[in-house]
Amino acid sequence: MTRNRAIVLARIGVVAGAVVLVEVLCRLGVINPLTLVAPSRMVFDLAGILASGDINRDIAYTATTIATALVLSVVLGIVLGVAVHALPRVRRALDPLLASYYSVPSFIFYPLFVAIFGLNTFPLIVLGMAFAVPAMMMSTMAGLDRIPRVLLKTARVHRLNRWETATRIVLPSATPYLFTGLKLAIAYAFIGVIAGEFIMASAGLGHSIAFAYEGFDNHTMYALMLFVLVVVTVMNMSLHAWEGRLMRRRIRA
Amino acid sequence: MAVVHNLAAARGVPPAPVATLRGVTRVYDGERRVEALGPIDLDLAEGEFFAVVGPSGCGKSTLLDVLSGLSRPTSGSITFEGRPVEGEVPDGVGVVFQEDASFAWLTVRDNVAFGLRRAGVDAAEIARRVDYAVGFMGLADFAAAYPAQLSGGMRQRVCIARTLVMRPRLILLDEPFGALDQQTRLLMGDELLRLWRETGATVLLITHALDEAAMLSDRVGVMSARPGRFIDLVETGWPRDRDSRIVSESRFGALTGRLWSNLREESLRAMGSKGAAA
Amino acid sequence: MSAALSADVRPARKPREGAFDGVIILVVVLALWQGVHLYAGESAIASPLATLTFLAEFLRTPVFWGHFGATMAAFGYAVAISSVLGVVLGLVLGVRRFAGDVAEPILAGLYSIPKVTLYPMILLIFGLGMSAKVAFGVIHGVVPIVLFTMNAVKNVSPVLLRTARAMRLSQPETIRTVLAPAVLPEMITGLRVGFSLTLLGVLIGEMFASQRGLGFLIVNGINLHNVRMTTGMIVAVIAFALIANGLLLSLDRRFGRTPGGGSRAA
Ligand SMILES: Nc1ncnc2c1ncn2[C@@H]1O[C@H](COP(=O)(O)OP(=O)(O)OP(=O)(O)O)[C@@H](O)[C@H]1O
Ligand SMILES: [Mg+2]
Repeated sequence: MTRNRAIVLARIGVVAGAVVLVEVLCRLGVINPLTLVAPSRMVFDLAGILASGDINRDIAYTATTIATALVLSVVLGIVLGVAVHALPRVRRALDPLLASYYSVPSFIFYPLFVAIFGLNTFPLIVLGMAFAVPAMMMSTMAGLDRIPRVLLKTARVHRLNRWETATRIVLPSATPYLFTGLKLAIAYAFIGVIAGEFIMASAGLGHSIAFAYEGFDNHTMYALMLFVLVVVTVMNMSLHAWEGRLMRRRIRA
Repeated sequence: MAVVHNLAAARGVPPAPVATLRGVTRVYDGERRVEALGPIDLDLAEGEFFAVVGPSGCGKSTLLDVLSGLSRPTSGSITFEGRPVEGEVPDGVGVVFQEDASFAWLTVRDNVAFGLRRAGVDAAEIARRVDYAVGFMGLADFAAAYPAQLSGGMRQRVCIARTLVMRPRLILLDEPFGALDQQTRLLMGDELLRLWRETGATVLLITHALDEAAMLSDRVGVMSARPGRFIDLVETGWPRDRDSRIVSESRFGALTGRLWSNLREESLRAMGSKGAAA
Repeated sequence: MSAALSADVRPARKPREGAFDGVIILVVVLALWQGVHLYAGESAIASPLATLTFLAEFLRTPVFWGHFGATMAAFGYAVAISSVLGVVLGLVLGVRRFAGDVAEPILAGLYSIPKVTLYPMILLIFGLGMSAKVAFGVIHGVVPIVLFTMNAVKNVSPVLLRTARAMRLSQPETIRTVLAPAVLPEMITGLRVGFSLTLLGVLIGEMFASQRGLGFLIVNGINLHNVRMTTGMIVAVIAFALIANGLLLSLDRRFGRTPGGGSRAA
């Protein structure tokens, strides 16, 4: 217990120390304000921007895009994962493709998506999905692969029908893997959408950051960057905590 | 010496077999063809306690799979209570597997209640039966725990309880005490005997412990190396009212000795063929 | 035991079947491509044939090789830096348990944030050009390499080390015969993941703000309405990524723990 305490304290110390160090270097002028804004200033600027409501439209735009991409990815990923798992022949054919899927940077398709769908939210959603669907799909298949056979036999001994087997045995057994897939899908949906907005877009947080960069508006730029990073980190941490609560009883202490 | 099993036997009428296997074989057709089992011919009498011993990999678990209807035999036929068993587990058959089959996402209590809840038994009756089974298996202190917090042997007992609460008429157990220490094994064997007597169920117990087979069962089937066939069927002749104290009887030693003399050569063969394959 | 071992054996794919599948997949991809081309039109995506004709010509010009060289140089530096930095940091954090436990969630957090967001900052620090691309590639690639290496070291079973002590192996012998074989497989997997992410980082850099490289050509093609250029460069990047990944996968299969590669290992 005391070791865990020490670890958490040390972790907080490391993060806080890094922030303080940057702050001091900025204040002392060692770091040029044209390069990096002091962290305290970022927080201050962000508070101002959020209070003014100038950015609300872009936040809503990006949030909607990411949420849409995420929901579609999770549903499509699970459906595809289940379908491909049920078809071993297709599975074997797709395996090499999936194994190298993430080595291809999917962004490179974004300009094509824009050319096909126009410069609106649609290519962003597709890009987010291009990132997130395969992760969800592979996690689903991994979860289905790893259901112990004996549990499926147990289902048959209890004479469960297909639906009961799916909801009472398959789903709970595969939950840890589905969780992994969900976490990846969230991270990927964020990366895909924000990167797309960066490269080419007419609205959204990524676009606003790029716009501020091009306009030499460092204060807005860093404030928005801070916003994105804080939102993602808070989301990841809550998801982690939720998973921990759900899984605690299933892991040997 | 004849043992009185039930009234029919007492009247001199042989009891109708609960389960029959005729010429049953099982071949695994994969990359490599494995003849795992048979041909097997066997009648399990009603209320009988039948033990199966055999060298590792000889097809004992395969026998359990086909007898329970979990997989179809490659050839031959199986019946349970007069009806053919064909690729589906009949009502009234309970199985405890060799591997841990507890549900990690349910508490011990919910694990044990799993089958009853599905069968639509009313809540009070479920509570009663589950409490009894949990206590019977020595899990009362852990009723609210999750399987991850239990030892391997305790998890196996959860699976046994989950099967027993359903009151199956034919109970198939695949090395259920494999993860237990010798003392607990003996005591669990006693409990199993008590349960067998009280319910009148037919039991088929797969075990690798010769003494366990000799002590618990009415009849021991000794299997050959793969593909497993019965090379000997040994009647133990114990009274129905028995417990682990019979290990001190001289006939117990003789029985175990007979099983081993049958098995020694088969086990050597099984190991030899494995060594050659590796 | 024997049943447990045999439970996971899937019949190996026959080489004939693999080649057949490859052809089918290629045909399906080409058909999809052609379909999208027909649906979206010449101004959105070039047809497979037009793209290949374009590539056959463009690949012979020094212009392509100039941009290709720029991407490769940035990628090469970035891979070298992320690998060395990642492996060293990973080994240190793996051996020093406390530091590793402190660092792990921080690294996991860094791994899943959208690092694209940081690109303007990188540009302000390094200026437009090669070093910004390299830096961006490194911040993408280094974290997974650290994480995989660290976990590889952490997961070396203490029993193995005790066995080494019981056999009175010297420290170099222990490293060579016990530690390295135990750590290497996962490390190679980490390098493969890091490698892919480094490429991704370099290309985003080129697409967002750069005057050179394949990523630049892709975006520039759209801006200039040169759809063949965009489509052709996308194909070129995919081909490069797949070839590189194929090489690393075969290395991974040889020494790593990715048995057949494929989705079960993901
Ligand atoms: N699904 C399967 N596919 C292919 N071969 C199998 C399969 N299951 C079992 N076998 C093979 O069939 C033979 C019998 O296996 P089985 O599990 O029935 O043996 P067992 O007697 O229960 O062994 P143990 O005592 O180790 O539990 C073994 O050689 C095993 O490798
Ligand atoms: Mg077995």
